[in-house]
Amino acid sequence: MSRQQSFQGPAAPPGLDSPEAPLEAEQAAKTVWYSRWSPGGSEGVFIWPAVLVLLGFSLFPLIVSLWLSFSRLKFVKGGVQINNVGLANYRKLFFGSEQAHFLGVWTMPSVLGLMFFGVLVLVTVVLLVKYVRSQAGTVAGLILRLAFALFALAVMWMVVSTVNAEGRPGTVTVTLIYVYIGIFLQYVIGLGLALLTAQALPGRRFFRVVFLLPMMITPVGVAYMFRMLADTSKGPFAPVWQAVGLGETSWVNNAWGARSAVIIGDVWQWTAFMFIVLLAAVEAQPREPVEAAQVDGASRWKVFRYLTFPGILPVSTALILIRMIEAYKIMDLPNVLTNGGPGTATESMTLHSFIAWRALDIGGSAAVAYSLLILVTIVSVAFVNLVRSRTTEAI
Amino acid sequence: MRSYFRRTSISRPSPVEMTGSYILLVLWAFVVLFPLYWLFITSFKQPIDVNTGPYYIPFVDFQPSLHAWRYIFVDVWHDTARPYANTVIVGLSSSVLALAIGAAAAYALVRFHYRPRVGAIVLFIACLLLAVFLVNRGVPWTVSVAVSLVIFFLLLQAIGKRLRRSLGNNDIAFWMISQRILPPVAVVIPIYILFQQLKMLDTRAALIITYMAINLPIVVWLLRDYFLSIPIELEECAAIDGASRLRTFWSIVVPLSVPGLVATFLFVLVFAWNEYLLALFLSSANAQTMPLTVAAQNATRGPQWWYMSVLIWIMILPVIVLAIILERFIARGLLVGAVKG
Repeated sequence: MSRQQSFQGPAAPPGLDSPEAPLEAEQAAKTVWYSRWSPGGSEGVFIWPAVLVLLGFSLFPLIVSLWLSFSRLKFVKGGVQINNVGLANYRKLFFGSEQAHFLGVWTMPSVLGLMFFGVLVLVTVVLLVKYVRSQAGTVAGLILRLAFALFALAVMWMVVSTVNAEGRPGTVTVTLIYVYIGIFLQYVIGLGLALLTAQALPGRRFFRVVFLLPMMITPVGVAYMFRMLADTSKGPFAPVWQAVGLGETSWVNNAWGARSAVIIGDVWQWTAFMFIVLLAAVEAQPREPVEAAQVDGASRWKVFRYLTFPGILPVSTALILIRMIEAYKIMDLPNVLTNGGPGTATESMTLHSFIAWRALDIGGSAAVAYSLLILVTIVSVAFVNLVRSRTTEAI
Repeated sequence: MRSYFRRTSISRPSPVEMTGSYILLVLWAFVVLFPLYWLFITSFKQPIDVNTGPYYIPFVDFQPSLHAWRYIFVDVWHDTARPYANTVIVGLSSSVLALAIGAAAAYALVRFHYRPRVGAIVLFIACLLLAVFLVNRGVPWTVSVAVSLVIFFLLLQAIGKRLRRSLGNNDIAFWMISQRILPPVAVVIPIYILFQQLKMLDTRAALIITYMAINLPIVVWLLRDYFLSIPIELEECAAIDGASRLRTFWSIVVPLSVPGLVATFLFVLVFAWNEYLLALFLSSANAQTMPLTVAAQNATRGPQWWYMSVLIWIMILPVIVLAIILERFIARGLLVGAVKG
């Protein structure tokens, strides 16, 4: 294969093609000798399988998907006919008949929502001003930040104007609710458990293993389990529900009840992941500064606030990023737990796309999937550049 | 007088703190274990026991029966065994493949220098777009792919040499890892069409290949940092002794990175084992995996909780046992990836 040549060639001097981190440069300097020594030819064997697989199963489908999102499939005799319809699928989602489903029904936000949005605007303005005033600010950086701030505020405006009594959140808002409320709870509970388990307590190994288990269970199983548990008349907590007079109501018939059931299932499952990695991070922290602080009489809170938390911050941001990327794909839990209902109240974007596909609206399905892809990409890139880069520089 | 609030030593919590910690830990252990317990006893309940209200303790509240287990293991054994075998085969082979390909790529990204040229990449994407465009215009897909490939290689020879700007290893790594951001739903329809064209829909091979591709980025991500922590001197020694690249990788690097490989394998296996969305698209009867079988228990007569509980238990048991055995590896393996990633 002649393209293989492009991946080979003599090793470059360090610093020429890896100006990133000093660590990488050092590694490169070490590698130079080794890679120059060996007779070339086998490097391609190592990387080409992975490159080909990823080209075949993500880049190629991605392009085809983009094209599908601009087309409409028509079933004709003996096959399908694919018509190019331009942006019609997207127009339908954002302004047309699917708008209520996708973006939700918009109304005037409640007072609480307006206050929340006002606080967000203030925080954004303060952060932007801080960036302009700082020495490191550049014009390109400012423009990108401004663009992201506008995007984020527009999304938040959608959230506050659909999440109220009269409005109805669309699948985008529901996905955002799942992702962020879920991650917040998972992180807080996971960190708390990690700190508790990191103490020198007898029997901590038992807790570590038990807390890990939910991660291993299939989300479909989790969904059915929580359907059983959420049953207010025959589930294990039925006496409790009857005692408070809610014995005959059902979680899944109420929009917010159904959404919280999905979030509880998600938190139950993924707290395990946060816990296990945060625990390893807490235990990897050096003991001496903590002990020195304790000898000096620092309180537990101070030890956590000034030593442990800064130490685990890089891991925390990586974890949040991983969970964010994975959580946007949520689909099995709402599909099995509530089937997207009542109405479309618990539909995530992936489920929306799947339901459109099942209804043979392939173009619409691809358009939803692409909107999700764009949303996730913007959010992850912004997170990496604005939050993660700051915390990893610290160490 | 001894105070219950004072620590006896600096590393041990005081008795009061210890009690508080235990209360919280036991509380969460209950939250984790109770649903599993409920699932377990439900599998021994008669339908009437499930439907007439909550019963908590076997032999006290209700008489456990093996009817659901007998039904799943004897009456509909074929309907259970096939998806189970599918799950095992698909899970194991896709994880092994992803680990093999991903480990090789991760190692290569740490130790060798690649310099893919920007020109070649742009050209490749342009030719891909051309192929899609040709299919769109009604040209058969075999012809259009062949035409684009020919054009690609011709142009590469002609102008490739001129465009010297190249990318580094970090760019390749970033590209590979960023593939994980892709929501599967955004790529599944073309993959469905692809397997349909190849007459491979509803086969295990289709699922194995797809899961391997989906899990590859995680493998590269976790193992790249693991390989970075292995001292290069050992490999240099092997090289001086005349070992080839592949030989060095196989006999020096792989044995040294067993903990990282185990953690990554388990992580990827769990993903493949529990995967639902892609299986929903790509398999129907033959290649059906367990998550689909479990989901299908929500039959016309309403959810069959007792059968479902049995199925979920036999499905999660192997991974739970693995997790308990390999717990230490998991934490360490994931941590390395998370710190640097």
